[in-house]
Amino acid sequence: MAKAQLPKSEEDLAEIIKSAKAKGQVLSIKGGGTRPIGNPVSADAVLATTSMTGITLYEPGALTIVSKAGTPLEEIEKALTKENQHLPFEPANYAGLFGIKSKSTIGGVVAAAVSGPRRIQTGACRDSLIGVRFVSGDGDIIKNGGRVMKNVTGYDLVKLMTGSYGTLGVLSEVSFKVLPKPELTGSVFISGLEDSEAVSVLAKALSSPFDVSGAAHLQKDANGNPLTLVRVEGFTESIKYRTEELKKLIAPTLPSQAEINIDIDPVSTRKQWNAIRDIEAFQGREGAVWRVSVKPSDGPKLVGELSKQMELEVQFDWGGGLIWLLVDSGSLDDAKQIRKSVDSFGGHATLIRRASDSDIEIESFHPEPNRIATISQNLRLQFDPAGILNRGLMAPFSAMTKERA
Amino acid sequence: MSTIEMPKPSQSLIALKAKVVAEMIAAIGDRGVIFEPEETIAYECDALTAYRCPPLAVCLPATTQEVATILKICSAYGLPVVPRGSGTSLAGGALPTADSIVIGVSRLNKVLEVDYDNRFIKVQSGITNLGVSGNVAEAEFFYAPDPSSQLACAIAGNIAMNSGGAHCLKYGVTTNNLLGVTMVMMDGEIIEVGGAHLDSGGLDLLGVICGSEGQFGIVTEATLKILRKPEGARPILLGFDENEVAGACVSDIIKAGVLPVAMEFMDKLAIIACENFAKAGYPMDVEALLIVEVEGSQIEIAEQLEKIKAIAIKHNPKVMRESSSTVQSDLIWKGRKAAFGAMGQMADYMCMDGTIPTSQLPFVLRRMQEMSKDYGLGVANVFHAGDGNLHPLILFDANKEGDLEKCEAFGADILKLCVEVGGCLTGEHGVGIEKRDLMIHQFNDADLEIQMRVKDVFDPAWLLNPAKVFPMATSHTRRNGNTKKVA
Repeated sequence: MAKAQLPKSEEDLAEIIKSAKAKGQVLSIKGGGTRPIGNPVSADAVLATTSMTGITLYEPGALTIVSKAGTPLEEIEKALTKENQHLPFEPANYAGLFGIKSKSTIGGVVAAAVSGPRRIQTGACRDSLIGVRFVSGDGDIIKNGGRVMKNVTGYDLVKLMTGSYGTLGVLSEVSFKVLPKPELTGSVFISGLEDSEAVSVLAKALSSPFDVSGAAHLQKDANGNPLTLVRVEGFTESIKYRTEELKKLIAPTLPSQAEINIDIDPVSTRKQWNAIRDIEAFQGREGAVWRVSVKPSDGPKLVGELSKQMELEVQFDWGGGLIWLLVDSGSLDDAKQIRKSVDSFGGHATLIRRASDSDIEIESFHPEPNRIATISQNLRLQFDPAGILNRGLMAPFSAMTKERA
Repeated sequence: MSTIEMPKPSQSLIALKAKVVAEMIAAIGDRGVIFEPEETIAYECDALTAYRCPPLAVCLPATTQEVATILKICSAYGLPVVPRGSGTSLAGGALPTADSIVIGVSRLNKVLEVDYDNRFIKVQSGITNLGVSGNVAEAEFFYAPDPSSQLACAIAGNIAMNSGGAHCLKYGVTTNNLLGVTMVMMDGEIIEVGGAHLDSGGLDLLGVICGSEGQFGIVTEATLKILRKPEGARPILLGFDENEVAGACVSDIIKAGVLPVAMEFMDKLAIIACENFAKAGYPMDVEALLIVEVEGSQIEIAEQLEKIKAIAIKHNPKVMRESSSTVQSDLIWKGRKAAFGAMGQMADYMCMDGTIPTSQLPFVLRRMQEMSKDYGLGVANVFHAGDGNLHPLILFDANKEGDLEKCEAFGADILKLCVEVGGCLTGEHGVGIEKRDLMIHQFNDADLEIQMRVKDVFDPAWLLNPAKVFPMATSHTRRNGNTKKVA
């Protein structure tokens, strides 16, 4: 494969895509390459956005930041921190999970729709994203949304582009709504709970008026013991009040062996929640990593069912609804079993990281019902008629518009 | 009279009326089909009342399956379909054509499931916005998006238009609170998108369905996020001598890291109208009024209000009055929520809905006053300041010849101004017919083409709400049966 093409501008990017389309070349689209998720793409060339960088507009008073897609996430976070603001959806860094040293780009964050623990409070990546510019598979430069946070002008392609993994177009610029960085973080943590007990505790916390911004459960913390965590963020007095109230609310419901404590230390709380966000527990370890989304109360049931059939380790986030699985084997049978169980509850399972022995036939993304799959395929063909952008990454490629199944 | 064009109805479709109506009655019973001219007239318009046209017939299905059956019939005959929630659209989103079938969801008004542990409610889409919150209020929960029309507007319409409200600075708009839908495609197939779990496993179809203005399918059921009510909320009134100063105060509050749940802005004309109407106790001697509301426990409310007051004082407010009881708080909001009704008592008005970057607020307000003089029509402003979503109300006299046209031209100029300063044509009302022909000011051909290609996927024959959203000329070929196929 020839070396990566590195467009410096949106116009460059459009030219490269037009020429690839004319030659029938399939392009592998990349940002920083820290989230190599999806089915393998057999590409003729690599196109990376890492040379399209820079923050184009940042208005702290309007809670808005606009930047080129190749801008390192780090650079954006640094600029926001200076003004005491942040990206509300808490983008996770998967570099550790994949053992990759390169830098995540903001375009990559959007393409993979990466959202951290705060997703349950302030929403996902798609909820903070307010505008995109991208180049379609035809080489057309397209904009949608903009730089204002309330906008219903035309269809919302901003949401559609989020999590489309470069299959609909190559992002050139992204705009976000940002929020004030909380003054203080407080954690209420409980040790010694079974999965189902933990998820009940998290539900109780999330149904309280205390504006919980994180609700996670680790089957094994650093010492190998179960740990359940509830997070609140805000002004100091408020955090002191809310952590105490949560403790009062939760303590009476706990089994006798469980212990409940409060932590409002800025350093240790940040470390703890970053570890959950970046799935540090699974870093540097063999096996396939799955990300499963189900209704929170179904989480422990699903895990109970799967544990009977395969070796796995689990981290719950989003009140129990987001389940990270580290599965020993990469067999097709296990993958089928995981998806069958998830289907029986309703939800989806994405194979985020393949194991060294993962079967090549395992689809990275959860197979969709016929009509939904048809709509998705036809959308991809509308945005990229020749199928040159990350062909087959999200679902097997077909050059034909599907008629209704 | 009015200036917005609709496509000429097809006489051959109109001629099919008796046959089609008979088929529909056979399919869903005569209770669900309205076809007598004196009855279809009730569906001739939505809240954009300047435009009216009774449809060929109206269907009010009672189940998702009935919606599917009716859509199959419409598909077979090539009849245009106009989906309708409660008909409160200010953008003409539910305006029929004479050859169209209106499909209303008003009989689909049941709550299907309430799950507090997983914090969602599943409803049929004809239920009202306020009805959703009403169903979970007992357990101290609520549904966050709160459009001013929430007493009447249906969830189906909220989803179609991606409706907002006063509290979206903190809670987001419909799309941020929608978890899943059951939708009937134009060919009658029923699909499920999303559900009680979070996020999409593939392309985010739910994200593009929300806000598609009834052009992709008819949503019959919705799974919505519900939230626990905060312990309390308290608004503070801040009055200023100048609009600019009020705008600067909004910006400073946000920069200081306080995130009020709502920041509402009213200018002089709006203050007077609301006060005369609702007797909310608003000060009458200020040029601009801010209602800033914060939430939480008493400690938290006090902590946030102290910060807000400290910022406000730097801007020399003429009035700074914190609510001291729920009665006072309700009154403050009653004034604001009555704004449209209050203006309606003074004159006919048209409500605009552009959004601007908040930094452009002083400039845009000043330009609007200049334009108001040029056009000789009054304009009142009442809007969501935190997110830059403006609602200029242009006052006119419907009985005076030429006034409506003048008003529409003024409105178009305001919206173009919003786009020029980096904003957009519509923040929460939707495009409908009202802003359809202005789309070319915000989008170029490529931007519009790709959006139309999305519609091609969901509704290849362009039968669902066909003459909305896109400029008539831009969508002409597609609407006339020449949908471009992908190569």
